[in-house]
Amino acid sequence: MHLAYPAVLSALLFCTGLYGVLARRNAILVLMSVELMLNAVNLNLVAFDVWLSKTAEETLHSGQALTLFTIAIAAAEIGIGLAIVLAVHRNRGTADIDKLRDTSERHDPDGPDSDALAAEQSGEAQKAEATA
Amino acid sequence: MTTTTLAVLVPLLPFLGAVAGLLLGRTAPGFVRPLAVLPTLTALVLAALVAARQGGDAAVDAATELTPTGSVPIELALHIDGFAALVAVLVGLVASCVQIYSTGYLRDDPRYPSYAALVSLFTSAMLLVVYSGDLIVLLVGWEVMGICSYFLVGHYWETPEARAASLKAFLVTKLGDVPFLIGLFALATDAGSFRITRVLGAVASGSLDHPTLIALLLLAGVAGKSAQFPLHTWLPDAMAGPTPVSALIHAATMVAAGVYFIARLLPLFEASQAAMVVLAVMAAVTMAGSALAALAQDDIKRVLAYSTIGQLGYMSGALAVGDRGAAVFHLLSHGAFKALLFLAAGVIIHAAGTNSLAAMSRMRNLRDRIPDAYWTMTVALLALAAIPPFSGFFSKEAVLGVAEHVVTGHTEHAPAAAGWIVLVAGLVTAVLTAAYAMRLWLLAFRGRGAEAPDHGRQPLTMTVVLWVLAVPSLALGGFAFRLLPDWFDGRDLSPTLTTSVLGTGVALVGGIVTYAAWRHTTALTARVPLGAVAAHPEGDAAQVEAEAIATHEPAYGDIAYAPDPADPGRLLLGPLHRHAAAGFHLDALYRTLFVRPVQAGASLVRFLDREVVETYVRGAGALPRWLGTAVRRAQTGNVQTYVSALLAGTVVLAVAVVLVATGA
Repeated sequence: MHLAYPAVLSALLFCTGLYGVLARRNAILVLMSVELMLNAVNLNLVAFDVWLSKTAEETLHSGQALTLFTIAIAAAEIGIGLAIVLAVHRNRGTADIDKLRDTSERHDPDGPDSDALAAEQSGEAQKAEATA
Repeated sequence: MTTTTLAVLVPLLPFLGAVAGLLLGRTAPGFVRPLAVLPTLTALVLAALVAARQGGDAAVDAATELTPTGSVPIELALHIDGFAALVAVLVGLVASCVQIYSTGYLRDDPRYPSYAALVSLFTSAMLLVVYSGDLIVLLVGWEVMGICSYFLVGHYWETPEARAASLKAFLVTKLGDVPFLIGLFALATDAGSFRITRVLGAVASGSLDHPTLIALLLLAGVAGKSAQFPLHTWLPDAMAGPTPVSALIHAATMVAAGVYFIARLLPLFEASQAAMVVLAVMAAVTMAGSALAALAQDDIKRVLAYSTIGQLGYMSGALAVGDRGAAVFHLLSHGAFKALLFLAAGVIIHAAGTNSLAAMSRMRNLRDRIPDAYWTMTVALLALAAIPPFSGFFSKEAVLGVAEHVVTGHTEHAPAAAGWIVLVAGLVTAVLTAAYAMRLWLLAFRGRGAEAPDHGRQPLTMTVVLWVLAVPSLALGGFAFRLLPDWFDGRDLSPTLTTSVLGTGVALVGGIVTYAAWRHTTALTARVPLGAVAAHPEGDAAQVEAEAIATHEPAYGDIAYAPDPADPGRLLLGPLHRHAAAGFHLDALYRTLFVRPVQAGASLVRFLDREVVETYVRGAGALPRWLGTAVRRAQTGNVQTYVSALLAGTVVLAVAVVLVATGA
């Protein structure tokens, strides 16, 4: 089989996954898209491993070993990811990524930014007392 | 044991006592009193043994160099001649008396352990100064005494007077110590050694290049330590410390260290005529000015403080006319009777509940309450006024005699001008000394008015010590003036007829005039009732004293002055009284000349720091802050936006790599 077929297939898979990560709203679907991207990489690894072993008489099959490694990592990652999504869904009642914006730089007075500002101000006040 | 071993133990024992006292003060309070008294007493015994073995013969010298220290070597050296041996005995005696007295005086004081340890440390430092044969080792003791004085003056640190006085004492003496240090370095550079014997050898062979400069620099340190004009202002204020401390440090020993230092290095000072004249002028101004000021003080301890300054002036005067034997003789007798005066004043303050002479002159029968203090203080005041059989007479006559000797042309060491200055100032001061001694005695013991308060008998530890010190005050001079020349340089110390008659005559005149003035003014006593009495007269002596010092200023408006029309000093001094009470406004002058400029400089630096430097610092922070604000706007919290940015970045990088790789 020519190398172009698996390469094109993996590129398609990767683009699908990328689209899913960027466009889907549901966290579970985003995680599934990540899996697609990972598997596109795996496909590439296996295909190039075969190609290399043919042309360069490479006998170590490091591409296959790396694929197995990636699969194991991906399994662990999806397990943790799904657990997080479940916990978030239980707490918030939603798994919509657009609504999970706790790390944003907010501008309301009781946000983390104003806290930091207040801490900075009190720090300045203490410094002024110490020097006075 | 060899004499050297004994001499090493003398400063070492009080030092170990101080360390042990500081360590055990909290954990084992029962050991504090023995640890304070016993090492000092042992040091006294050993110092007496050293003196007996030395016996005025050739000086005991021993030296060891612990480690090489560069250009001029510093050695742990002893140099015990007759001066050192006798002064060490005096230091040991006064320190032992003060330690014993303190056990009674600070009976209930919570800070007694640290107090006793500091007094022991001070004693050790003073003995080190006395015995040291190396100028740098001497300087170590010199500075340790300074810091002990600072802590002990500030013993009642709850009162603002004590805090201010301790700082002032420290800063003013340090002002003298800086030129002193430079002078020591210059001396060692010229002489090639810090050893006193080698320095004196270099002086004798005339190999010193700058004797005047060195002598004047050293003189500054001596003026600071020995409270000579113009650096004497710290000593009257230092009376805010406890009375035993005043007796030990600010009367008998530490302030005498400066005089003792000149006595040790007298040939160096004699090498410079200018330095001797400066010393004579300094001594004369100090003597006369301090005696006038003493006549106007209201606080009994401040009278004694100014009197100490004046007596130290006599010693400097004796040195200025080139006779260290007379100076150290006066140092010894003055140490005994001035320590006695202070300790007796402590008893009086405790019994009367006030330190104000104006208040005491309105108490009847104070002398019957404290007969020990009355009799011993009378002896000490007679010694201070130099009335014949008492020890002060012989030592003061030795000083005046040698000044007269120089005036009449026997000027092998000293310029005749110095002799005249010292002689005239000494006689003027003798009148004034007798006058203020008489005034002190009359106001304290011959008061009339309400009955003096009765607080029962004074502690035995406080009264026995007075009698111990009364013995040398009474008899030291008469026995010593024949023996001391063997210990000192061999010059005769017996009083000459002219100066004896003159000195005693003017002293009697001063005393009689004061008595007449007192008879004249004492009728006014009843008219003005006065305050400044301690709130807890039944407390222990130290508490009474602290309260008395704290109440003086609220009661009279000034720490040294009382508006008392019944004061004979006011009649005698006339319009001068107001200025004398304020120490001739020297403090105000220093305030204008030094304190104000320093404070103005400090506020300028504060302005520069707060307004100028801080502005730059804030400005430097502004740019990063704006950048941060701009970058923060990208922080939307949407993960997909971040990933999109990541993708865009990756694509850009990949395109760039491809372009570079293809060489386009």
